[in-house]
Amino acid sequence: MKSATSFSRSGMSDWIVQRVSAVILAVYFVVVLGWIALQGDVTYENWSAFMGSTCMRIFGLLALASLAGHAWVGLWTITTDYLTVRQMGNKATFLRLLAQIGMGVLIFVYIVWGLKIFWGN
Amino acid sequence: MKSNRPVNLSPDLILAVNLKSPVAIASILHRISGIVIFLLIPVLLYILQGTLESPESFAAIKEDVFGGFIGRFLVFVTLAGLLYHFFAGLKHLVMDFGVAEELESGRNFAKAALGVSAVSIALAFVWVVL
Repeated sequence: MKSATSFSRSGMSDWIVQRVSAVILAVYFVVVLGWIALQGDVTYENWSAFMGSTCMRIFGLLALASLAGHAWVGLWTITTDYLTVRQMGNKATFLRLLAQIGMGVLIFVYIVWGLKIFWGN
Repeated sequence: MKSNRPVNLSPDLILAVNLKSPVAIASILHRISGIVIFLLIPVLLYILQGTLESPESFAAIKEDVFGGFIGRFLVFVTLAGLLYHFFAGLKHLVMDFGVAEELESGRNFAKAALGVSAVSIALAFVWVVL
């Protein structure tokens, strides 16, 4: 039976999602952290000019989308490894679904919150 | 139904096994740091929102978050999680190309990832907290 809760219902597809999103998030991390580290004196003016540029707004949205896929695949793997009937008995199925619903709700909040920050005004 | 698929160790065995192998330590820390980052995303979004909204809110974040030990420490923990997850992830991506899959090379690669992460996290501590 195919899993009903994996990101794309396919292991190979989840695997690719995890890799592509990882590369996007890694580059975003390096760019933003690198900018802050090299800037020396971060002010509202230079910071908001940098993050508010169309390029960084699009990159930010791309990173948010990547975060959603990346977090789902990663956390899904952890929940299906440890919140299992073998590890903790029959209550595991319920707990696993509950954890996955919680993950989904948090991811939704992160996306909408991030959207508001990057594209809200 | 009989299954020959590999199974995951129970949490107490994870600790017992993990403390003996750099490969296992690197792996479980990758998972733990992923959970930590996911739960601390609100810290980053909160800072991002405040610093981008207006000059006044930027100053408020500088004062409230970066002005005291607790705020700085929270930022450090988030950054430490990101740094570890970043280097462990790079290791993972490199290994996807078939690199360091033997016992000895795998152990050395794990040790290298742990070492580089430790140094970067120490630098982050100096940068953010001190």
